[in-house]
Amino acid sequence: MDMNQLHFPILSVITFLPLVGAFVVALINEEHENLIRYVTFGFLALDFIISIPLFFYFDPATYHMQFVERVPWIKSLGFQYYVGVDGISLFLVLLTTFLTPLAQLSTWKAINKKVKLFNITILLMQTGMLGVFISLDMFLFYVFWEVQLIPMYMMIGIWGGPNRVFATMKFFLYTFAGSVMMMVAIMALYFLHHKFTGTYTSDIVKLMQSPLPYHLQMWLFLAFFIAFAIKVPMWPFHTWLPWAHVEAPTAGSVLLAGILLKMGTYGFLRFNLPMFPDMTHAFALLIIILAIIGIFYGAFVAMVQPDIKKLVAYSSVSHLGYSMLGMFALTQVGVEGSIMQMINHGISTGALFLLVGIVYERRHTRLISEYGGLASLTPAYAAFFMIFTLSSIAVPGTNGFIGEFMVLLGAFLDKHILGILVAFGGIFSATYMLTMYKRVFFNKVTNPKNLGLPDMNIREWLYLAPLLVFVFWIGIYPNTFLSKMRVSVEHLLKQVNRTTVVTPAKNEQISMVKTVVVKKG
Amino acid sequence: MKVILLFVILTPLIGFLINGIFGKWTKPIAGVIAASALGISFILGLFPIFSVLHGHIVEYTYFTWMPFKEVVVPFGLRVDYVSAIMLFVVTFVSWMIHIYSNGYMKGDKGYARYFAYLNMFVTAMLILVLGNNYLLMFVGWEGVGLASYLLIGFWYEKSTASDAGEKAFVVNRIGDAGFIIGILYMIYYFGSVTYTNVFPRAAHVLGYGSTAATIIGIALFIGAVGKSAQFPLYIWLTDAMEGPTPVSSLIHAATMVTAGVYMVARSNAIYSLSPVAQEVVATIGAFTAFYAATMAITHKDIKRILAYSTLSQLGYMFIGVGIGAYWTGLFHLMTHAFFKGLLFLAAGAIMHSMRGLLSIDLMGGLKKYMPHTAAVMIIASLAISGIPPFAGFFSKDAILGSALEMGHPIIWIVGEITAFMTAFYMFRMVFSVFYGEEKVKGLYDELHTHEAPAVMTIPMWVLAILSIIGGWIGIKMGGHIPIEWFITHTAPTTEVAHEAHYSEILLMGISVTMGLSGILAAWLIYIKKIITAEKIANMFKPIYTLLANTYYADEFVYCCIVKPFWWVSTNFLWKIVDVIIIDKGMVDGTGWIAGRVGKGLRLFQTGFANNYAYWISMGIILLSSWYLFVKII
Repeated sequence: MDMNQLHFPILSVITFLPLVGAFVVALINEEHENLIRYVTFGFLALDFIISIPLFFYFDPATYHMQFVERVPWIKSLGFQYYVGVDGISLFLVLLTTFLTPLAQLSTWKAINKKVKLFNITILLMQTGMLGVFISLDMFLFYVFWEVQLIPMYMMIGIWGGPNRVFATMKFFLYTFAGSVMMMVAIMALYFLHHKFTGTYTSDIVKLMQSPLPYHLQMWLFLAFFIAFAIKVPMWPFHTWLPWAHVEAPTAGSVLLAGILLKMGTYGFLRFNLPMFPDMTHAFALLIIILAIIGIFYGAFVAMVQPDIKKLVAYSSVSHLGYSMLGMFALTQVGVEGSIMQMINHGISTGALFLLVGIVYERRHTRLISEYGGLASLTPAYAAFFMIFTLSSIAVPGTNGFIGEFMVLLGAFLDKHILGILVAFGGIFSATYMLTMYKRVFFNKVTNPKNLGLPDMNIREWLYLAPLLVFVFWIGIYPNTFLSKMRVSVEHLLKQVNRTTVVTPAKNEQISMVKTVVVKKG
Repeated sequence: MKVILLFVILTPLIGFLINGIFGKWTKPIAGVIAASALGISFILGLFPIFSVLHGHIVEYTYFTWMPFKEVVVPFGLRVDYVSAIMLFVVTFVSWMIHIYSNGYMKGDKGYARYFAYLNMFVTAMLILVLGNNYLLMFVGWEGVGLASYLLIGFWYEKSTASDAGEKAFVVNRIGDAGFIIGILYMIYYFGSVTYTNVFPRAAHVLGYGSTAATIIGIALFIGAVGKSAQFPLYIWLTDAMEGPTPVSSLIHAATMVTAGVYMVARSNAIYSLSPVAQEVVATIGAFTAFYAATMAITHKDIKRILAYSTLSQLGYMFIGVGIGAYWTGLFHLMTHAFFKGLLFLAAGAIMHSMRGLLSIDLMGGLKKYMPHTAAVMIIASLAISGIPPFAGFFSKDAILGSALEMGHPIIWIVGEITAFMTAFYMFRMVFSVFYGEEKVKGLYDELHTHEAPAVMTIPMWVLAILSIIGGWIGIKMGGHIPIEWFITHTAPTTEVAHEAHYSEILLMGISVTMGLSGILAAWLIYIKKIITAEKIANMFKPIYTLLANTYYADEFVYCCIVKPFWWVSTNFLWKIVDVIIIDKGMVDGTGWIAGRVGKGLRLFQTGFANNYAYWISMGIILLSSWYLFVKII
């Protein structure tokens, strides 16, 4: 069932190569800052190159986990080192290996203090993030989930802006509160599974078939929901995000928006949907309502932000609202759209944060009012910014349109009113992005400090151009990506739609619980 | 043919990429590159057009764009009778305007950027026209909106221009939301968005007079209202005049704004099923035609007069497609592209030699200085006023005649009154600009007013000739009208139960009388000056003020929609809900409570053993009494 077509522990290699990199960097003398940067980038780039075969060898015809490695970890407890990817996690793994080197490239000039520590932090974060996406053992998942929290905490806390301490505490405590909930749920799930089946296991794939009674599903679902909803972040759990983004250094924002937030949406797909199908249906409408509030609320609040980064941060709330909406529409195109939206958000918002970082590096301010007329000073920069703006507001031909349209269609096919309502969201995203663009790039140059602002340099071209490729690739030929997620999503929906026959009597008996799992295949 | 058809779209795209990416180096020849790309595109486009003329519809699928489980959307191009007309109009008029722009934009610092955007616009417009499904149409639909946004804001250093661009995009997005909803319903009912899958099955799947057909029809029409600037989403079009004038000519008169008309004609299979949707389209069209004409009468800025006139003429087109006589709408679309494109080019020529001045109050007697411009402007004005044998006469008459015959007498009356107003405001402009005395002495000498160069006058003359002969395909020959015969292959006229018959000569007579009397009225006021315009304005002061301020529509939108919205977002959603209630209250509040509880509990840790012993014994007593209590009960 599980397979590893490469007969090579590729997932472990890409996950732990950055860790090795971190050790290597640790050995370099702190004074050789450039060497540290090169070595770090080398490791990250190598990591990306090694991850490419994942894409080509991935078998789109099966929903089973691929590139699997399975080693017993704590035998007596049933814990394993069990990793693998399916059509859902594949692209998140690739997005991570793709985005991190680009983010690191953006820090070469921007980060000047504690360069060595910073690069080690990025490498450790890479290991943590990849670990989350490949883990198929729930305790392993939890370990990685917590591990990546620390580098992010450090990144904001050490290299952040003036309010970094408050922001990082808020970020850490808030997400940690969610993690604790998840920990409780994971342990409960572990023991409950034993109670109902007689075996101790933390194997996520097996737990997906766990016959859990209705009322227990609810508490577990809610615990996971809180952990992931904070991470996504869904409205109203989002207020840590603007803080964290505004204070984080550019690379931190890129990784935070591009990848860390996806851990939340991914968590829903990996835990909530397949493990608690009844609750998924029961809570779908509630989550959809929160998602739709997020879409509009994020857009409205983004519209009036004076700080570009805060604007993009609130726009993330809006964009990820789409992702959650598509997911809980529970239609094939909706869930695929949700995954697509995750990838798109990583690319477009990641790029927008990189772009904001470019002017911040030169002018040390992100206030929109400090700029104006940049199009005449830095035409290439303006062009890049325009293209990613268009991608962010889902203009057809760019990746954004594919994701948003899929979500819209998925939601519409679930309930017409949802699609109709959200179709109007595009008006507001255009408003906040274009107003910001106008105020930064158009009109006359009014602030003399902006005169002589240099246009993008080669390094900046290098880390933005690859993102540009994907904007149009996904926009014009999305099938490259969609074809690989199809079967996995189909299987996921089958799991969600299996019917747990439960009598909601007061003193429920285990023997009355029968789980009818729809035959696989 | 498959490759040729693809290259009709690819050539302007290549032009865009060359000028867009290498603009720094191609600047001196950017205009030549762009115009040649269009020339090639036009010539390549003739192949599929000829094929259609021979009765062979051309359709190819190139690749699968969106392969979803619920719907598969191909990237395919289709040239049938309807799109052939559009293909011809779009590529030809664009080509002329590209050539004209070579002269007009000379010396502008964004020369290469301008032509890149212009090519990009044509690419998007051709995708809109040639795409073989609604989603591809939507790609073009938003693509032209984007090009329009970029071109309106082309001189982005002017804040009016950048504001106007943004306004255009956002208002269009409102319409686009409607369009998307229409597509969603279509996918729901048909499981497809491809024309060849949807149209033949429409009657069967939706049913005549069904709510479904009405919903789809109206939703799509909301998109058309945005793109084609109909009431109430018209407010962006007059501001769009901030863009370079050839852009106004190409995008905001000849091609892009007619996309909505094309879309309705394209979707004839759906509209013919829903009398309600048709009624909505025709009514909005008729209302906009009249409403916009009233505003054109009072304006002094040539480009704004033309912009309101465009709104009004688009209204006519929507009457045509709304009543179900799709061919009349498309026919007027075509002739309008010629004469309105020309009017804007002429306005551009005036601006060019008047250093950007546009107010008719500053001109007069300009004919002497710009004979070619004056001649083409008069030709185009006669065409728009519906004077035979100029093009506009045939197409407007076809629309109004069909409206009466198909049972819409009120629309007919509104149309005829608007025709009078059209002739009046056009000739008000012509007489004030070209005839009479110079209103500001010595202005022309100071500005060195001169005729435009040949690179500009030649395209104008080409369009002038088409403004004359372009309507002749609407003359009945051998029992049928060629253009009607042609278009009804793809867009058959909706059948009406009780078709009324009127004398064609009589109807034509009324139309011509309307046009001529409008011109006469303008002549009496602006040449003969039997009564001055000011006097009339004073006689109807309140109405004049209302019209001159364009019904205060912009003010209304700003005060009642934009401003409150902004205020609520800033002061309520952000500063109260987000910062105070959610963040400070709920999030930090949780932390605060935890802290308080901790502080409270800390008091128990005193470090004195007797305190601990006290609490321990208290606990034992409490627990055991509770246990006993439970036991006894």
